[in-house]
Parts: sequence; C-alpha cells; structure tokens
Amino acid sequence: MRYSGFKVLKEALTGHKGWAPAWRDPEPQPHYDIVIIGGGGHGLATAYYLAKEFQQKRIAVLEKGWIGGGNVGRNTTIIRSNYLLDGNEPFYEFSLKLWEGLEQDFNYNAMVSQRGILNLIHTDAQRDAFVRRGNAMILNGADAELLTTAQIKERYPFLNTEDARFPIKGGLAQHRGGTVRHDAVAWGYARGADSRGVDIIQNCEVTGFRIENGKCLGVETSRGFIGAGKVGCAVAGSSGRLMAKAEMRLPIESHVLQAFVSEGLKPVLPGVITFGAGHFYVSQSDKGGLVFGGDIDGYNSYAQRGNLPVVEDVCEGGMAIFPAFGRARLLRMWGGIMDMSMDGSPIIDKTHIEGLYFNGGWCYGGFKATPASGYCFAHLLVRDTPHPTAAAYRFDRFEKGLMIDEKGMGNQPNLH
Amino acid sequence: MTQKNRIATGGQIDRSRTHSFTFDGVTYRGHPGDTLASALLANGVRLMGRSFKYHRPRGPLTAGSEEPNALVELRDGARQEPNTRATTTELFDGLFAKSQNRLGSLKFDLLSINDRLSNFLTAGFYYKTFMWPAAFWEKLYEPLIRHAAGLGSLSLKDDPDVYDKGFLHCDLLIVGAGPAGLAAALTAGRAGVDVILADEDFRMGGRLNSETFSLGDASGADWANGVVAELESLPNVRLMARTTVIGVFDHGIYGAVERVSDHVHTPDAGKPRQILWRIYTKRTVLAAGATERPIAVENNDRPGIMLASAIRTYANRFSVAADKRVAIFTNNDDGHRTAADLHAKGIKIAAVIDVRPDAPKSTNYEVIEGQVIDTKGRLGLTSIEVKLTSGSTRRLDCGALGMSGGWNPNVHLTCHQRGRPVWNEALAAFVPGDHLPAGMTVAGAASGEMSTAGALRSGAHSAMSALDLKGDIPSFPKAEDAPVNLKPFWYVEGCSRAWLDQQNDVTVKDVKLSHQEGFRSVEHLKRYTTLGMATDQGKTSNMGGLAIMAELAGKTIPEVGTTIFRPPYTPTAIGVFGGRHRGQDFHPKRLTPSHHWAKEQGAVFVEVGNWLRAQWFPRAGETTWRQSVDREVLATRGSVGVCDVTTLGKVDVQGTDAAEFLNKIYCNAFAKLEVGKTRYGLMLREDGIAKDDGTAARLAEDHFVVTTTTANALPVYRHMEFVRQCLFPDMDVQLISTTEAWAQYSVAGPNSRRVLEKIVDQDISNEAFPFMACANITVCGGLRARLFRISFSGELAYEIAVPTAYGDALIRKIMEAGAEYDITPYGTEALGVMRIEKGHAAGNELNGTTTAQNLGMGRMVSKKKDSIGSILSEREGLNRDDDLRQVGIKPVDLKASVPAGSHLMSLTGPVDAAHDQGYVTSACYSPCLGHAIALGFLKNGSERMGERMRLVSPLTKVETEVEIVSPHFIDPEGERLRA
Amino acid sequence: MIIEHPLLGPRDAAEFTYLGDARLIDRPDWQSENAAQEFFEYGYLRDNPAGWHQELWFHEAGDRSWLVVTRNTLTHEISKVELARDVARSRGRSK
Repeated sequence: MRYSGFKVLKEALTGHKGWAPAWRDPEPQPHYDIVIIGGGGHGLATAYYLAKEFQQKRIAVLEKGWIGGGNVGRNTTIIRSNYLLDGNEPFYEFSLKLWEGLEQDFNYNAMVSQRGILNLIHTDAQRDAFVRRGNAMILNGADAELLTTAQIKERYPFLNTEDARFPIKGGLAQHRGGTVRHDAVAWGYARGADSRGVDIIQNCEVTGFRIENGKCLGVETSRGFIGAGKVGCAVAGSSGRLMAKAEMRLPIESHVLQAFVSEGLKPVLPGVITFGAGHFYVSQSDKGGLVFGGDIDGYNSYAQRGNLPVVEDVCEGGMAIFPAFGRARLLRMWGGIMDMSMDGSPIIDKTHIEGLYFNGGWCYGGFKATPASGYCFAHLLVRDTPHPTAAAYRFDRFEKGLMIDEKGMGNQPNLH
Repeated sequence: MTQKNRIATGGQIDRSRTHSFTFDGVTYRGHPGDTLASALLANGVRLMGRSFKYHRPRGPLTAGSEEPNALVELRDGARQEPNTRATTTELFDGLFAKSQNRLGSLKFDLLSINDRLSNFLTAGFYYKTFMWPAAFWEKLYEPLIRHAAGLGSLSLKDDPDVYDKGFLHCDLLIVGAGPAGLAAALTAGRAGVDVILADEDFRMGGRLNSETFSLGDASGADWANGVVAELESLPNVRLMARTTVIGVFDHGIYGAVERVSDHVHTPDAGKPRQILWRIYTKRTVLAAGATERPIAVENNDRPGIMLASAIRTYANRFSVAADKRVAIFTNNDDGHRTAADLHAKGIKIAAVIDVRPDAPKSTNYEVIEGQVIDTKGRLGLTSIEVKLTSGSTRRLDCGALGMSGGWNPNVHLTCHQRGRPVWNEALAAFVPGDHLPAGMTVAGAASGEMSTAGALRSGAHSAMSALDLKGDIPSFPKAEDAPVNLKPFWYVEGCSRAWLDQQNDVTVKDVKLSHQEGFRSVEHLKRYTTLGMATDQGKTSNMGGLAIMAELAGKTIPEVGTTIFRPPYTPTAIGVFGGRHRGQDFHPKRLTPSHHWAKEQGAVFVEVGNWLRAQWFPRAGETTWRQSVDREVLATRGSVGVCDVTTLGKVDVQGTDAAEFLNKIYCNAFAKLEVGKTRYGLMLREDGIAKDDGTAARLAEDHFVVTTTTANALPVYRHMEFVRQCLFPDMDVQLISTTEAWAQYSVAGPNSRRVLEKIVDQDISNEAFPFMACANITVCGGLRARLFRISFSGELAYEIAVPTAYGDALIRKIMEAGAEYDITPYGTEALGVMRIEKGHAAGNELNGTTTAQNLGMGRMVSKKKDSIGSILSEREGLNRDDDLRQVGIKPVDLKASVPAGSHLMSLTGPVDAAHDQGYVTSACYSPCLGHAIALGFLKNGSERMGERMRLVSPLTKVETEVEIVSPHFIDPEGERLRA
Repeated sequence: MIIEHPLLGPRDAAEFTYLGDARLIDRPDWQSENAAQEFFEYGYLRDNPAGWHQELWFHEAGDRSWLVVTRNTLTHEISKVELARDVARSRGRSK
C-alpha cells in the first residue's frame, strides 16, 4: 500500500477502514539466505537495502522484543556528517545523502528536517580544531560554515554570550545536519523491507549460533532453530552479550547514555546546537519538546538508566548557554545502552567465523549512521567486500594500529 | 467577579483573607489555601486551556499533579512559566496567569479548526503524507506543524531566579504524607530515628484533606494536622511539604525538589526558587497514594468533566462546587462517595450512573444502572446522554460529570530501577512488583491498600519492618475500612471520539487504528499514537489505552504490559538541576598566583580549562592584541620577559624507585639522569600514542619533580597513580600533585640570568647552573625555592618556583629586579608565538592521535626498557613510511597568513580529501621573522623540506602557496638557551 | 552510586573517576614472545559482562586510591570494594 496525501484523504472519508498493518507478522521459516539479528534501525535498514538495492530474497530480521525498541527508539534524533577523519567523513556524508532522499525512497514521512547543527567554539585552540574539521568536511564533499558570534546570536538571540564563563567565539555549522523522527525511521525501514518480502519476526530472541567447522549455519532462537546462509548481527548495546554466544570478545564496552526531553513548548530553537565547554546539546522536536543530552555516565552498564550527577551536569551545561530554559520543565529522562568502541568508531566487518558478520560499536552516534550502516552492511553481506565508505571499519584496525579516533582519547571507551 | 461556585462553609481555605489574581486579563478573587484551579472554579471559570492537537476546550480533569488539561502560563516577564498546572499552583496575591496553546482567545481559538479536520488528523497521519514535493516538508509543512504544536511559551529571557542544591541524609525517607505516610512517620519518628517526610502538596495529609471521613472523633484533616504538629515537635523528623520526590537512583539516593518560593509572587531576598535535594537513605517507605482514572466516553473531554475524586476534592478541601448540578459515572463504590459528599453540601446530583447491576442505592439521589454515552456543551458541559440497561436513553442536564473508573496505585517510583508492576485482579490495577529498589517498601494506596484504616496500618507496619522495630504497631483511631467494590470498565461500547489522553488528543479510535496497522505492542502504541507522552506521562491515560489494546488483541492487560516509568515523577524545572552552575559560576575559576598583580597591570585574561591566565598585557597606545604580543615577544627575545607558568601540572615523585618509575611512565630513559639535571620526557598512552610531555627534574637521588601540560595535569597524575598502584605496587615510590603548591614563573631572555642573580641566593652562572640544571635553592635571603634552567621559548631561560603563598611577592620582586632590563611580562599568546618559533609541540600537536614519530621524536622511544606504550607503538599502522611528520610552514608570499586548521595539498592536482597531504596545527605571526609561520603535520614531511605546497582552507576561503621548512624557526642549534 | 571505600567508608561515586575492566591490572610482560598480541588483547579486548564486573575506579576527589569495585552492570549493585594495590599484589604484580 502506498502512502500519500490522497490516500489519507480517502481513508478519512471512508472511516479509515483501508489501512493495512504496516508490516506483516510472519512465522519464521526454517531457512533464510540472510538472517539479520536485531530489529533496530540498523538491522531494519540492512534488510531494506538488501532487498531493495541488492535484490536479495529470503531475508529475515529477528528481534527479541518489538522492532525499534532499542536505541533507534530512544535517542536525540540528530543527523550530521561533521566528522574530521578520512575513515569516518565519507561514510557519514554518504549517510546524510541517504537521509536526504529517504522519505521518498521508502514512502514514509520520517520528518527528515535539515534544520542545521551548530557546534559552539570557546577557545582559539578549539577554533583551530574546528577549522581543520570544517575543511575536512568540505574536502569530502560535505558542507560546513564557520559562523561568527554575531551570526550565531542572530539565530539564537537568547544564547548567553554576555555572562558566559567560557565565552562563545563562534561556531562551526553544518546546515544540512538536523533531526529526524526516530521511531519513524525504524517503521519506515520495516514497512519498506516487509513490502519487499523481508520477514520481520518480533519476539524472537537469538539464544545461540550454530557453528560447525568454523562456519555459521544459523541461529538458535526462542522460536526454534533458523538456518541461514549468512548471519548479520546489528544489536548495538547488546553486541557484547550476543557475540559472546559465538565466543567472541569485542573491542567494545557497554555504557549508559542518558537523554532528556522537556514538556512541549512553542518553537524556540531553530536547529541543533552543542555547547563546546560542557556536556550539552539540544534541539526542539516538531512536537515542541526540547530534546537534549550530554555525556555518558561513564561506567559499564546494561541497566538502561543513569544517575543524578549526569542529569545535573547536562542541565548545568544547558543553563550555562541558555539561562532562559530554567523555567522549562524536564519531562522525562531515559538511558540507553551504548556499545562504546575502543576508538569511538564503529565496526562493519566479517568475523573470523564464516558466514557471520558484525555491525556495531556505534557508540552514541548510531542514529545518524542508520541509512549508511544498513547500506554498507548489506553491501558487505552480499559482496563480501566492504563498501568503499566503510572500508576502515575493520576488526583488525586495533591490532594494526589503524584506529579511527576522532576525539583522540585512545583505548578508553568512556572518553569517546 | 464573585465566587459564585464557592460553598458557603467548610474547606481548608482561609476565608478571612482574600487573594486577588488575574487569568487571561480578568481579575478574580480567591483565598489562601486555594489552587489556581480551585479559585477559578470557584469563580465559575472552568475553561482553562486547549488540547494539543485538536485545540478542544479544556478544563481541569484532576485536582493534582497528574493534571493534563489545565496548563497555563504562570507569571509574566522573565518569570513566565509555561505548562504550569493550575491544579497544583498555590494561589498567591497578585498571581498572573494566561491560557496557552491557542490562536486568538481561549474561547475562540482559530486552531480549533483542527477539531473539524480530526478525521484527517488521526494517529500517525503525518507519517503517510507531507512527502511531496520533497522540498516542501522543511519549507512549508514542518513550519506549519511546529507553530501549531508545542504547548506554552518560554519568555526567552534569562531565568532571574536562583536555584540551589543540597544533600540530606536520613534513616528513613517517607514519600507521601497521606494517612499511610503520616502513620509511617509517626511510627519511625517516635522510635527516634532520622526521618524525612516529603509530600508534593503544600498541605500534608494527602487524601485526608479531600475526604469527609473521620478518624475517631476528628475529621481526617484535623487528625492529619495533629499528627503533623507532633512530628514537627520531634527533632529527628524533617517535614518537607511542597517537595516532590522525582526519582530513585542507585544505592538509596533519591532526587527531590522543594518548591521554596513558587507559592509567593517573587522569592524573598536570598531565597532560591527551588532546591534540588539529593536524599541519601538506607530505607524508604513509598506512600505515594493512588490516582483515579477516567472512563472513555464519547466526548468525555469537555470542561466540567472531571475525575469524581477531583470534584470531591474541590468540594471538600477547597469548598468549591464544580457546578450546581453534577452527575457521576462510576464502575465502583468510590464514585458514590463523591455523590454523597456533594449532596451533603447541598449540590444537586443529577444522577449517579453506575455500570454495575448491584450498585449501592441512595435515598438522596437517583442511581441509574447504565452508561454515559455522550456529552454536550461547546465550551463546557451542559448535559449528558445516558443509556440505561434497558436500552432506552435519557438526557440529563448537568454542568459537571465526575468519572470514577477505579484507582491506580502510584507505583512510579517502584519502577525507576526497572522494576515492573504486577496486575491485581481485585483492583483491576497494577500494583508494585517484587523487584523494588533496594530498601524500599510500599504502603497505603500505593501498595493497593485502598481504605484509610488499611493505609494507617500498612504505613506503620512498613516503617516498623523497614527499621526492624519490635513490638506492637501504634494504635490509630478508628477509620473507614471499606473494601474495594469495582467492576472493570474502561470504555463505552461503540465510542470513537472518546478521549484517553486528553492533552495529546488520543482517542479510542486512535488506539483501534494503531491496532489495525500493527502497532500492537505497548511501546508501539505509545509511540504511534502519542498516548501517555503528554506532560502527565500517561498518569490519566495509559490504563484506558492498555485495556482497549488488550481487548482488541485478545489478551489480558498484564499480557499487553506497561510502558516504563522513568524519572522525574512530575515535570521538573531544568533550572533546578542546574542549580547555581550558570553564568560566571558555571565552573569554578582557578586564579594563578600572579593574577591580582596581572590585573593591576591591565592584563587581558583567557580561559585555559578552569584557569584564567594572562593572555597579553596591553600598554597605552596599543590598539590591537598583535601589537602587544609582538612587543612582548621582541622584548623577551631582546632582553627579558616573565610569564606565570604555575598552571602546568607538577607531580612530586619520591622514593628509592623513583627513577625506575619514571622509566616506566616516560618512553625515554630516566634512570641515569644525574641529580641536579632536568630532562624532557615524552609520555605515551599504553596504545602507543603520545599522551603528554614535560620535564622531570632530579632534585635528589630519590626525588624528581615532573611537569605536565596544563590541560593534562589531572589525567597524567591519575595515570601515574594507576601505574604505581595497579601495575607496580611494590615500587618504593610516592606521588603527590603539587600543581597548586608552587607558584612558578618562567624568566626568559638574554638578560634573564642577570635578573635572577639579584633574587637567587646561590651562584647561577652558566658554569654553576648550566642548561637543564635544577636545584633546590633559596631566594631573597632564605625563602625556599626551586630553580630549573629549562626553556620553552628557546631563549636563555629559567623557571623559578616558590611556595604559592609567596607567588604574588615573587612576581613583584622579579619585576623590580628586572626593571633595569625593561623586563616585560608576557602572556599566553607570546608564550605560544615563541614556542611555535622554536618548534615545540603543544596541545594542538599532542592531539591524542599523534605518535612520537609524528612529532619527530620517534627515536626517543627506548626499546631497551619497559615503558608504557612502547609495545603498541610498534604496530604497523603507526609506523608507515608516509606517516605524518611535524614540519614548519611559511608562506611564499611573506605577507600571507597560514591559518591553523588549513590542509596541505600538492601544488598541482585536485583539492579534495583523497589528495590531502596534511594540516596546519598551530600558526602565528612571528615578529622576529616578520612573517607568518606555522607548525603542521605533513605526510613524510621530514623528507620534504623546501617543497612548495598549496595550503587550503575552503572553510575560511583561504588558499596560499607555502614552503615546507624545519619546524625550528629560531636558533635551530640551540645556542641561545645554552648561553 | 555509593562506593564503600575500604579505608574511608561510603563515598559518593561522583568523587571517583572510572577506568574500566580490572584486567587492566594484568599488564603483559613486555619481553614476552607474544608481547604484541598480548598487549593488543590487554589494550583492546576487555571484559564487558552483563552482570558482575570487576572494575577500576580512582578516588580522584578523595584519597587518590585506585579501587577494584565488583559491581553488577545490570543492577549497579556493588558487592565488594578492594584497594587495587592489594588486588595487584594478589595477582602477582610487584615491581
């Protein structure tokens, strides 16, 4: 069924009887060509591109709970490609380009909104680093603009520039960055994949891998064994737990990241803005909530909840740049599990087990990567070679000393 | 305006005083003890807001913090506070409030057109349209949606109020001061333990204030007052009204917000608006009560339709009649209480409509077995339509309808650590599950004990068991102990536009559509329809939605499950989480020992981490910073300059294994460093990347002083302690960070020795104290000090340190001694210029991704010893032939600049990422050379001296031809520093 | 969170800085034949269990002790806190 304004109109006039389920609820088949573990954004996107761009048939997505219930359903919805390093920037720019055509591509309004993202600059050294980054973005075909404080003030007149402990000396803007309605991304990919024959199987937990002679033959699940030609894992915060079932140790730690939303407010923020001298970034959703976050709590956790000191730290950062937000109310805080890698960059690679592929280590930046991650993972699953933009995301980069360390923090996941 | 709906007597308001207040420009009167909602209702105003999507007229649904409808913009000017619940806003004299989320007036909201279009605006409609043409989403559709969406408005002026934070500790925290909480507090308080009793309301007593029950001979409210009075007399009990416990965090830490000044016009001088308390407690009794739930009926969202318990609260506590004629729709006995109480106050009961065949009868008013099937009234309820069990329908005129669908225990805090509530069949509600936060017990209605006597019993019992008290539970006066009689009933058959989430306009129809389209899990339901995402976070809406989804899916409600309750319990001002950390107080300021002196000199300061350092020292006549910096550099290189370098990290390393320890933490060797000598040290991370650099001075066989960069003072010290405690625990070595203990100045320039000779008590001639010498010395005739002959500027230079308390005196002394040489203080800019001229790496080069090789120091990594990072530094990816190398860069056109952040490209060939050769890390104008210079990293750079390249910065529109040169622009042989 | 410091008693976790897996104590021998592989594993492959986890915390705003905290990553419950120095010695580390 194709969604359109006319369809909405027609249904409205005929009692909405014609809306079919957005995706089927199939029983698992005994065998698929490709099984994707994880019905989050990345897993669903992978299945979508497998079917649509790589013409694969007989694909299943296995989800232990309900699709879109992990980080794609609880993040701060930002998209951008303002990366510094050559290992990253082409990939994220590819992702941003996919975002730009996504809604028409999968016929679902995910509300891709290129409202712009702005990183504030507070010191000369920070400006030097941002100039280098902005140049790297432009040299990779992305957009970037260095803004003066006055230009920023025009867009954000209530930004605290007068009484700032760390003065604002400008900002690096990417106007093509912005926000997307996160749940709709999962649903749009799911619907698009389902309509192309992908079986999306919810409430189907993978309990083990069947591996014989170094080859993965399929997965054991809560709904029985499912054979597979190839198995792709895209389970984000659960990567460590899942891959342990294949006796793999990953260069990844699981950490909790909290995020926050305020009550609905009439529009105040035109785009996404990040504070460069504290841990705070914020945007405003179409519904009116201020969606904001900061740093990870910093300790290994699978608890999906954080603690008060980080809540305070984030709000302190918010009050430092936007003292006008003091009387807005925080409505809800939540925590997600981040698979923090050892250099802050992801992994999309084969494993040492034939037929078993891995996609993870997205740290807290996985949402914006969703389209390219799905596309590149599909590419790898089908062609067995990495997509050119994801060629650096290899397991062996740590052994070889080819880290992709945007922040320069080294093998310390909680600092990325 | 008169308070036409004010009941003549009774209630917990102070009729002897009157508050005047304004809502939407009209002035009304109320009394102390009122909320804004009760005062407006008293004045006959029930239209208080508009719903989110359809802009339907809305009045209060509740009388508490769960209110989804009666949200207003409270106060004006910079204190304007959007989305404020009228139902919890304490009335004060001069209160000013406006309705919100309307276009036009509240009565004639132009956006109520959406209500006419509601058939198009069903759940999730926006996902299916607005996609064509692609560019129109951001340009047209989204701006329209954004402007229609949102609730209240921020003033966008800086919040003028102050917020505080504090810590509290107790043996027992009791959340909620209703009968259960009061009983728990009395039990624990009398036992002498430290108790905190917190309640979100401004009046303690909970439901006792809203009911007409008696406890023994006293009214419930009077009994509560008596208990509160006793608790106030106990020194071990802290009573915290107006305090909402917002969240349960790990290990018995609770977040609570005390609203100190929200009930007054403006905070008293010196008082914060609110305080964020972190309450540390071993045990907690959760006595948060229960919330009544509505029943989904066609058009059940009109002003005048409320929870039956809210109508009762307005009547009993606030002495306000919701209307002159009130109907009740109930599925349980509690609904009848409202009717009885209202009748006793002389309010006409249109009828009690009960879905149960065995409903209690009344001689005072009609009880109808049946269902309410529709309501009428444009801006407020005028009548309801009732369908009798017999099948006939009746229209009943009434201005208020109380809905009672049963009560939901307030289990929220039990779930903040991922505990899941469990279904209780008798109550048809979720009650706390087994996995409570450690140390928590639940009492009263929150635990499913719905009677007053049960609440008292369970409150006392919870306190006793939490504290492990022995003996009998205290006796309480006789109280109502009625059982719960309820028939689960969630929605009227066939209803469609029957509101579940009144704020977000989620109706029964939307839940059905959600099911039809496959969004059947509870989380999908929530996200697709926005059910439960309103400011009440589903307190008034979730159960109805769950029940309908369960029925559609052929499941039970517990099978459908609940969404996850997350903090905060009620929406909480962002400002209170920020506390005083805003403006200049966002982070503490660290001042250098020469700060006050530098201020006297008119220095310009710059933030370096939390430090403030002098950036340059402008002099009269200098109009640009460059003039000052150029002068400082030339004066230093020409004669002598002085700079405060206290901010560099300092770590004292002592012990017989001190040298061996330094061998571990530095990649280069230290064991053989002579006493009295200093050496440059490069520290790697274990992954082989440069971590930090600095010097280590050997003051004695077993005593070194290590310096770090300013930014890394803390991380390096932490790392050194890790190496000491975790890796080499038996080394005889002790570390202490002495960054703040010593004031340290760099005295640099050809005349620096002459200046210091006037201060230092010892011989510091070139022979006695050569380059890289260090010593414990005295200055000014006996003050202990440390002297290091090290140079960041490349000049003959010293760093001299005295105990911090003497820092101010020393800078003045140095200036005095240097006067004859025109000694010039210099700031961080001149410091930076001189280090770039000299080719020294700093933070821009040690950026966390560079190796010793990149920095041109590859040979320093000793392979003859074990040091942190040496093994992993050998990985192939870090040792490629075309690795980046630090180089110097100068413009071919000497007038051009070479800005940092630019990239290096070959002179010919494309300019893109694939052809990127390197980048500029640090740049400045060199007053000594008379042109711009820079340091940077270039692929295989050390082999490319003299090569001409293109320096590009498309971001800043710069492109210029440069020459690759040695990074040592000044005195490459190091003659000056050895002079 | 509250960490029961073996010397100082209960201290708020905000006083501490977190490092991670306590296996970081077990630094390989630099002269081992497989030093490159061992250091790679030491540096990059850490324990990341959903459950009990031994981890290093530094009492930065306190006495500067490194502690080994045994904490459950699913519940954040802490069952044991030791001085890292003692743990290191018990695992055979010396000079």
